[in-house]
Amino acid sequence: MGYPADVRYTREHEWARMENGLVTVGITSYATEQLGDVVFVELPAVGKKFEASKAFGVVEAVKTVSDLYSPISGEVVAVNEALAADPALVNQQPYGEGWMIRLKPRDAAEFNQLLSNQDYEKLLEEQHA
Amino acid sequence: MSFVGLSSDEEQRMLKAIGVASFEELLAAVPRKARLERPLAVDGPLSEIELRRRFGDNARANAAEGAVSFLGGGIYDHYIPSALNALAMRSEFATAYTPYQPEVAQGTLTAIFEFQSLIAELTGCEVANASLYDGATAAVEAVLMARSQTGRARVVAAGAIHLHVLQVLNTYLDGRDLTLVPEHGGQVAPEDLEAAVGPDVACVLYQHPNFFGLLESPQTIHKLAHDAGALAIAHCDPIALALLEPPGASGADIVVGEGQSLGNPPSFGGPLLGFFACRASLVRRMPGRLAAETVDRHGRRGFVLTLQTREQHIRREKATSNICTNQGLLALRATIYMGLMGREGMREVAELCVQKTHHAARLAAAIPGYRLAHDGAFFREFALECPVDAAAVVRAGLERGILPGVDLGRFRPEWKRRLLVAVTEQRSAAEIERWAETLRTAGGKR
Amino acid sequence: MSAQGERAPVSLERRLLIEQGGPGHRGPALPVCDVPTRPLAELLPGARLRASLEFPQVSEPEVVRHFIELSSLNHHIDRGFYPLGSCTMKHNPKINDELASLPGIALAHPLSPDEASQGALRVLHDLARTLAEITGFAAVTTQPAAGAQGETTGLLMIRAWHRSRGEGDRRRKVLVPDSAHGTNPASVHLVGYETVTVRSGSGANLDLAALKQALDPTVAAVMLTVPNTLGLFEPEILEVTRLAHEAGAQAYLDGANLNALVGLVRPGDLGFDVMHINVHKTFSTPHGGGGPGAGPVAVAAHLEPFLPVPVVTERDGRLRFDHDRPQSVGRVHSFYGNFGILVRALAYILTHGSSGLSRVSRTAILNANYLMRRLKTSYELPHDAHCMHEFVLSGRGLRKYGVKTLDVAKRLLDFGVHAPTVYFPLIVEEALMIEPTETETLDRLDHFAAAMERIAREARENPQVLRDAPLSTPNSRLDEGRAARELKLRWSVPGRETGAGAGRSAERQPIARS
Repeated sequence: MGYPADVRYTREHEWARMENGLVTVGITSYATEQLGDVVFVELPAVGKKFEASKAFGVVEAVKTVSDLYSPISGEVVAVNEALAADPALVNQQPYGEGWMIRLKPRDAAEFNQLLSNQDYEKLLEEQHA
Repeated sequence: MSFVGLSSDEEQRMLKAIGVASFEELLAAVPRKARLERPLAVDGPLSEIELRRRFGDNARANAAEGAVSFLGGGIYDHYIPSALNALAMRSEFATAYTPYQPEVAQGTLTAIFEFQSLIAELTGCEVANASLYDGATAAVEAVLMARSQTGRARVVAAGAIHLHVLQVLNTYLDGRDLTLVPEHGGQVAPEDLEAAVGPDVACVLYQHPNFFGLLESPQTIHKLAHDAGALAIAHCDPIALALLEPPGASGADIVVGEGQSLGNPPSFGGPLLGFFACRASLVRRMPGRLAAETVDRHGRRGFVLTLQTREQHIRREKATSNICTNQGLLALRATIYMGLMGREGMREVAELCVQKTHHAARLAAAIPGYRLAHDGAFFREFALECPVDAAAVVRAGLERGILPGVDLGRFRPEWKRRLLVAVTEQRSAAEIERWAETLRTAGGKR
Repeated sequence: MSAQGERAPVSLERRLLIEQGGPGHRGPALPVCDVPTRPLAELLPGARLRASLEFPQVSEPEVVRHFIELSSLNHHIDRGFYPLGSCTMKHNPKINDELASLPGIALAHPLSPDEASQGALRVLHDLARTLAEITGFAAVTTQPAAGAQGETTGLLMIRAWHRSRGEGDRRRKVLVPDSAHGTNPASVHLVGYETVTVRSGSGANLDLAALKQALDPTVAAVMLTVPNTLGLFEPEILEVTRLAHEAGAQAYLDGANLNALVGLVRPGDLGFDVMHINVHKTFSTPHGGGGPGAGPVAVAAHLEPFLPVPVVTERDGRLRFDHDRPQSVGRVHSFYGNFGILVRALAYILTHGSSGLSRVSRTAILNANYLMRRLKTSYELPHDAHCMHEFVLSGRGLRKYGVKTLDVAKRLLDFGVHAPTVYFPLIVEEALMIEPTETETLDRLDHFAAAMERIAREARENPQVLRDAPLSTPNSRLDEGRAARELKLRWSVPGRETGAGAGRSAERQPIARS
C-alpha cells in the first residue's frame, strides 16, 4: 500500500503537509485502519501552542482511543470544524478532507526532520516484524 | 456443601484428558510454602434450614422488624409496589451480566436507556448516566468533573449538605480545596456562598431539599456560581423532584442525588443508587456507563453501551473515573418504579409526603416543650427541638414499636436535643398520632 | 447493512414506556390523604414548583408486560453459561436472595441506634471476621461499594500509612504490570499516584529484573493480580512481595481472581499488605445486569488504624459502630457499604464452610485446565502451561480467514453461550479469556468446547457466517459506531421537541481544550 509522497510522517502515525508556510496535520491511513470507525475528534482551540511530540488532541473510535501528537512546534491557526458533524471524514479521506489542525510552525527546519513516505513504510514493516 | 456438579468419576476422566495423574500436578506453580495446610476457621457448612434460623435471628434482632418508621436522613421508607418486586427479582434481570454483548442483553440495555431518560426528565437535565454507587460518590464524581472541566481546584459546598456526603467528599479531596459555607437556621444564605466563591473555584455544591429537609434557593445559587465561572452542582431528592422545579431547568450544570427512594428498600443503607445528570456539552467527561440508541443490521432499533472509551477498561489511567459498576439492579428497580407510578403517581407520592410531614410538624409543635428547629420551608423532613435528649425520645419510641426519628446528636453533640423526622406516604394518620403520643410521653407529660 | 437511516418499525413488544399508554392510564393506587391538607403554596412558601413531568402514563398490566418482554431478551447465568474470564460467573444461590429480603434485614435503617441494629451489626461483624480468615489478613472493612472502590480505599490506606511515617511526599508511584485490569491504573490516578507499568516476562509472569529496576524509594506500592490475568500463578510471588517491602513499598493484591485461591492459598500468607475482594465474583452475589457488587478490603495489622470509619466492634456480646478512629482515611460510602449484598456473601460462605470453599477453587482450576486442553487444538494458546481458574487464547490465527475475535464472540451467542472476555488482557493479541468457574458441569464444558471447535471450522470454511453473527438473537449485530456518533441517550417524547441528548444535536462541537 502506498503512502502519499506529498506529505511527511511521524512515528506516531500523523502526517504533515507544508503549504504557504503553514503545516496541515492529520493521521495516516494506517492509523485509521487500526482505529476503525472514528466517532469523535477532540481538537484544541485556535491560538493554542504546542511543542513537537506533545499531545494536541484525542481521536476516539468505538473501542479504542488515541492521543494525537504534534509533528512540529507551532501555534494552531485553524481546526477542521467539519469533523464535528462528520468524524467519518477521517476514515474516508485521511489525507484530504479528514485533516485535523493547521499550525504556524515556530521553526521550519523541524518539518524537514520528519519521515519521508518511504521511511514511514519501512517503519511500518519493522513494527510488524 | 458446594454447588459443584461433578462426580469423582468425572473428575478422574478430566484429569486424564488434561494428562495429569493427580490434581496436585496442576498446582506446580504454587510454592509449597505458600499453601494453606489447614482448614479455614469459618463457620459452616450450613444447610438452608440452619441458614434461615441464623439469619432469622439476625433479622429479629433489628428493631425494623415490625416497627413504624419515621426515619430519614438520606434513606426513606417509601412504598414499593408488589409488581416491582415480582419483576426485579426475576433471574433474567438479577443474574444477567453487564451488557457488553448487547445482542443478548437488550433487556438490561433498554431498561438502562429508560432509566437515563426518566432521570434526565426528573432532574431537568439533558443527559443522565446509568447510575453510580450512591448519592455521595455521585457528588464526588460531579466535583471531580467540574475540576477537570474548569481546570480549577477549589470546591465550595453548602453546609446543609448531608454530613456523610461531605465526609465522603473530604476523603476523595484528601482534606484539601474544600470550602464549607456554614448554614444559619438550617439553610445556607446565598450571600455567604457568593462571598466564598472566586476565580479559583471549580463548582458550588448544594443540597435541595437539604439535610434538614429545608428548601434552598437553586436559581440564585446557580447564578452566583456561573458569575464566578464555576459549575453549579445540585444534590437532590428524587421524590421531591416530582413536585419542585428541577435544578437542571434553572441552570444547574450537574444534578446528582440518592435514588434509594425510587423503589428500593432501606436495607441498612446499602446497596444504594447514585444518579448523575448534566448538560449535553459535558457528556464526554461523564463518569460511569451510558446506553445509547442505535440500529442492528436489519434496521431494527436496539441499545448499546457507548462512549466506553471514557471508561476504565479502555482509557485506563486517563479514564474519567475508575468506576466499573453501575448499580444495575437498583437502577432497574427505579425504572420500574417510575414506570408504575407514572406522571400522576410520582406527583401524588410527593404531595402526600408534604401533607403528612407538615401535619406531623403541626402536631409536634403543639406539644409543650417541642418546637421546630428551623423556620424555612421544608419538604418531607424536619428537625424537631425536644425538651429531652433525642435519644430518650427514640428509646421511648422503640418501646412502642416506633422509630420516631434520627437522633441528630450522633452527627453533632450540640444537636443532641434534635430529632430529624421524616413522614412518607406510607404513614397513616393513626401511625402519626401514635408517634405524637410517643413525643408527649417522652417529653415528660406522662 | 441496511441503508443509512433506514429503520424498521418498532414492534409492539419492543416499545419503550414513553411510547405506550396515555392520559388516563394509571399504575398502582395510593391511599387517599387521611390527614388535614393545606394548599401547597402555604406549606412551601416561595418554592418554585415544576410546570410538568413528562413521565409515561401506563397501566400496571402493561408495565408488567413491558418488563417481562425485556427480561426475555437477556442471557443470564440461570439460563446458560458465561465463560467470562475475570468475572467468575458462577451460580447465584437463591437462599441468599431470600435471606437478604427478610423484613428485619431489608427494612433495617442505617440511622437506627446501634442497640436497635444488633442483627445488622452481627452480619457485618461476622462477614469481616470470616473474610479476614479466608484471606489471611488482620482486619476487613466492608464499606467499599465495589471492587474499584475497594482499590481506591486500599490505595488511600497505603497513602495514609506512608504519610504517617513521613514518606508521603516522597512516594509518588505505583507499579502495575502490563497485564493489569484497567481499573488498576485508573484507581492509582484517582488517588493521585503515578502509574509505572512493569512489563511481563516471556513466560507471561512478572519480569523480576524489570520489577527490581523499577523499585526505588519513590514507589509507594506494587499492585498485582494473583493469579495474573492470564490465569497463571506467580511462582516467585514471595520474592516479589519481599522485594517490595525491602524497597519500603506496600504490596496490594487485586482480588479479582480469588476464586482460584480460596481454601488453597491465603494472600496474607503471600506477603501482601492489603487486598480488595469482589464479592460479586468469588462469593456469588448476583450481577444484576451491571451491579450492585461490593468490594471489601482486607488489611494487615499495620494498616488497621487507617480503615474507613465507622468500624464494627464487639464488647460483652454487644456490637456497636466505633466512630472514634483518628487515623481513618474517612468515609467512602454514604453508610456502611452494600449491606444487602454483604448478607448474600456471608450466606454463601456459610453454605460452603471450609470444605466447600476448597472444593470451589479445586473445581474451578480443574474445569479451566480441562477446557484449555480441549481448545488448544483449535485456537492458539500463547502460554501452554497449567493454568489456575482461567486461561487466555488468541484468535490471531483466524485473521487469515478475515475473522476477528469479535466475530468468534458474536457467533458463540448463536449457540446459547455468552462470549468469553475479549480483547483483554492487552498483552495478548485478539485475546479470548475463558473462566468456566466451578459450577459448570462436564456436559456444559463439552458443549462449549464443541461450539468453539465448530466456530473455528466455520472460520476456515464459511467465514461470512461469523462476520454476520449473531443470527439467532433478538437483535442482529448492533452498530456501535453509529451509537457513538449520534449519541441518542434518552427517548424522544412523542409530539415534544426534546433538547440535546436526544438525537443528532446531542454533541456537535468538539470540546476545545481550555
